[in-house]
Amino acid sequence: MAVLTYIQAVNQALKEEMEQNEKVFVLGEDVGKRGGVFLATSGLYDQFGEKRVIDTPLAESAIAGVGIGAAMYGMRPVAEMQFADFIMPAVNQIISEAARIRYRSNNDWNCPITIRAPYGGGVHGALYHSQSIEAIFANQPGLKIVMPSSPYDVKGLLKAAIRDDDPVLFLEHKRAYRLLKEEVPEEDYTVPIGKANTVREGDDVTVITYGLCVHFTKQAAEKLEQEGINTEILDLRTVYPLDQQTIIDAASKTGKVLLVTEDNKEGSIIGEVSAIISEHCLFDLDAPIHRLAGPEVPAMPYAPPLEKEFMINAEKIEQAIRDLAEF
Amino acid sequence: MVNQNYALENDKDTLLAMYREMLLARRIDERMWLLNRSGSIPFVVSCQGQEVMQIAASFALNKERDYVLPYYRDLGVVIHFGMTTREIFLQAYAKGEDPNSGGRQMPSHFSQKKNRIVTGSSPVTTQVPHAAGFALAAKMENNPAVSFVTLGEGSSNQGDFHEGLNFAGVHKLPVIFMVENNKYAISVPLNKQVACENISDRAIGYGIKGIKVDGNEAIEVYEAVKEAHERALNGEGATLIEAVSYRLTPHSSDDDDMTYRTKDEVTNEKSKDGLERFKNFLFEKGYLTETINDDLESEIKKEINDATEYAEDAPYADVSTINNYVYGEKGDH
Repeated sequence: MAVLTYIQAVNQALKEEMEQNEKVFVLGEDVGKRGGVFLATSGLYDQFGEKRVIDTPLAESAIAGVGIGAAMYGMRPVAEMQFADFIMPAVNQIISEAARIRYRSNNDWNCPITIRAPYGGGVHGALYHSQSIEAIFANQPGLKIVMPSSPYDVKGLLKAAIRDDDPVLFLEHKRAYRLLKEEVPEEDYTVPIGKANTVREGDDVTVITYGLCVHFTKQAAEKLEQEGINTEILDLRTVYPLDQQTIIDAASKTGKVLLVTEDNKEGSIIGEVSAIISEHCLFDLDAPIHRLAGPEVPAMPYAPPLEKEFMINAEKIEQAIRDLAEF
Repeated sequence: MVNQNYALENDKDTLLAMYREMLLARRIDERMWLLNRSGSIPFVVSCQGQEVMQIAASFALNKERDYVLPYYRDLGVVIHFGMTTREIFLQAYAKGEDPNSGGRQMPSHFSQKKNRIVTGSSPVTTQVPHAAGFALAAKMENNPAVSFVTLGEGSSNQGDFHEGLNFAGVHKLPVIFMVENNKYAISVPLNKQVACENISDRAIGYGIKGIKVDGNEAIEVYEAVKEAHERALNGEGATLIEAVSYRLTPHSSDDDDMTYRTKDEVTNEKSKDGLERFKNFLFEKGYLTETINDDLESEIKKEINDATEYAEDAPYADVSTINNYVYGEKGDH
């Protein structure tokens, strides 16, 4: 098994899927010769040619919309939004079109498109290269939103997304691209969409989170273990639709729940997770559900101290777990 | 002429087949209004005034192979591509058997995969990038198919119009964009929608061919689309066709057009109705006679009566189906 970074896992999944199925192709800005601004599509242009690795005009609605048309035709497009922050012109295509095509045609048409977008902060990206955008899309039945937390999951989930018969928004944390690395199997495997993953067992406090925050939570949990606090960590993996039963089981197990997101708190994914727990676990809870999230400001500032203040980190999570454990 | 050996104006059978479809579209539309005004169906959005361009264009396409992405006025296009009169009434009545959406969408949101009629929505112009996507896929697969997408002139101001045309231009895609210029975007007249003289001139900015035709002249529309189709199949890329006519009805059954245009204007435009013009042309050619026309009218009336009755009696989808088909059953793989 080779050690791959998060971005190398993206690249490997794309390469393998394109080798296996000639209907798979990628389109986006700078995905061709340049191999993507983060190099997610590096080498694909040379291997598969410009017909299947398509540099598009700078127009996000067309990147999504052309992909949607090709998907309805029967192709398996993987569209790249260069930064999740730039997905806004494509929202109409994703929500009004991709998410509704199966339902509105009564199962006659479907739209197997994967839309990849790098999100998240901690890379000196300021307001428009740092945002978490998942909440905008997380109340649109018909759409699936996947946010992997590790290179292993990236490869398995991206393959599952490409093979999925419905539209999948695949959000990659850009700080994770080179920060996270681990052994990733060379063989073909998928990780199921729609299933949360218990990444750590513990019986004092349950942390439910996703994306890069899983990494920070693992760091915090390892430290707290030395203090005798055992943390259960549930990685949502798919943030829409949510894996309700696994959330209920994880919350009930410890009765103390910390929810973590890098997004703003109000209206975020973890608000919905909290609602599920409130509905189903009232008598299993030993403390109020606690949410740790970004501040209620429009987006992440550029200046390093301000960016650091916005970001979630292991220390913030550690303190929040400790507070809950002592409740 | 595109093909020197063929002249549509002398092809009696094809011309009569075109006329039948145009007449069917008009009569269906008229029946929809009657049903709406009598309280049987909640909504109508019309094709009246645009049937000629829709049918003429459709006849220039390959109905066994091409993909059509109609907008809500394109009753003529979907009739030609194989949607039956019963199916059209089923969607008007929102019945479960409706092949467009099973009664989920408002009327005239056409869709029927087996006939390559691509599902559409209400936010206008989203279908334009889709058409580029179908053409891109066909080109990648070496499938000699063309995508044909229609829209109103109002839609030519949306970003998706410009993004879609530009994409098709850059990648030389086999697409035909046909703007059905009916001179109104609900109440907003053409001169308040665009400052340019011709919508077709917008093609210049995208490096594709642009052509403007009289949408009330069937043969002119047919030839423009035929040529665009040949260009598409020859790898010469996309074409923007602007076909000009007039919206003879209010925007929809919920609109009152007398609040923004005059009766005189509508009456004057009705005198240029392409359907009447085409009918007169067929009479002049001697292809159509009063007898043939009367027979056609009564045959169509019978077909519409049957379809109305069938759709009225058909059941709605059971309420237990509301959660069906949000996602595919297969799941992730």
